[in-house]
Amino acid sequence: MSSQLIKNNFRMDRLPHIWCPGCGHGIIMRSMAQAIQNLGLDKQKVCIVSGIGCSSRAPGYMDFNTLHTTHGRALAFATGVKLANPELKVIVVTGDGDCSAIGGNHLIHTARRNIDITTIVFNNNIYGMTGGQYSPTTPTNDFGTTAPFGNIDKAFDICKLVDGAGATYVARGTAYHVNQLTKIIEKAISNIGFSLVDAISICPTYYGRKNKKGTAVQMMNYLKDSAVDTKVAEKLPPEKLENKFFIGEFKNTTEPEYTEEYMKIIKKYQKER
Amino acid sequence: MDNRKADKKLKIVEEWCKGCNICVAFCPTNVLELRNNKVAIADIDKCTKCGLCELRCPDYAIYLEGSEDEK
Repeated sequence: MSSQLIKNNFRMDRLPHIWCPGCGHGIIMRSMAQAIQNLGLDKQKVCIVSGIGCSSRAPGYMDFNTLHTTHGRALAFATGVKLANPELKVIVVTGDGDCSAIGGNHLIHTARRNIDITTIVFNNNIYGMTGGQYSPTTPTNDFGTTAPFGNIDKAFDICKLVDGAGATYVARGTAYHVNQLTKIIEKAISNIGFSLVDAISICPTYYGRKNKKGTAVQMMNYLKDSAVDTKVAEKLPPEKLENKFFIGEFKNTTEPEYTEEYMKIIKKYQKER
Repeated sequence: MDNRKADKKLKIVEEWCKGCNICVAFCPTNVLELRNNKVAIADIDKCTKCGLCELRCPDYAIYLEGSEDEK
C-alpha cells in the first residue's frame, strides 16, 4: 500500500522510517529516488554510501546496493567502491556535520580529485541524531545544546567550499522546492566528476526547537520565503537579498575525471611491460 | 493528460502518517485536514490532483494512485 515510486525504490519492510515528524530528510530521500528513476538507471549499477547521522539512515531504506560506513568516512569508502568498480554510479548521502566536520578532509580531497561521485548533503544545520549539537553549518548566533548562549562560529557554505576545492558540479536545493531538487540531483548524477548537492532540510525537533523556528510547516515556509534562485538573484537589488540564501546551479563544468585518469596510467604502464 | 488525471485517486497510508501537517498546509485547495493527528480528506471534490501533498510528504503517507509511471 504505497505509491509505485516507493514500492520500486525502497525496502518496504524497513518503512515507515524513524525520522521525526516533519523531518525534511524523507522529502529529500524521495526526491533522490525520483531522480534515479527519471534517469532510468539500472538498480544493480547504483551504489549508495553513507556515513553516520540522521541523513545516513537513508541507504538503509533504499533498495539499491548500499553501504553504511563510519562517521565522516562515506566519501573515502565511496572512492574505494568507485575505483574497484568504475561502472557503478556512486551516490553518497551525508549530513552537514558528517560531511563538513568529521569528514571535512575527505570532502575537500574528493572534490579536488574530481572523482565521479555524487554527494547529496542532507543539510539541517545541526547534529540531530546525537541531540542537537551545533554543526559547521549552524548559523552564527543560533543555538544548539553545545551552544546554549549562541554559536560564535561562522557557518560553512558547503557549495563554495567544494567549488573552491575542485568539484565540477555544485548546486543547492531545498526540501520545499522538491521538483527543482529532483532536477538538480538528476544533473548531479549525470555529471562525470565530483558533484555535490547541498539539499537544505528542516529539523523541527532540534534545530527548530532550539531556535524557536516553530512547526515543520513554519520551517518549510521559511525555506519558501528565504530561498532565492541564483538566476533571479542576479537581477535583484542587494536590499532584496538580505537574509536570503541562494538555490540553483552554481557550477557545471567538465574536467578530467579521477578513475579515467587512473585507468590511463594503468594502461600506459601495462603496454610498456 | 487530463484523462490520466481523472483516473488518479488520492490515497492515504494512515499507519505511516506522523501528523506533521505539511501536506495540509501546502495543499493549494484545502482538501486535507488533521484528524486525531493523522491526515484525512476533508473535501475530495476540491482536489485538483496536483500531487503536491505526495511530493512534500516526508513519510510517504499520501499519494496519487496511478500517478507514477506504471508503464
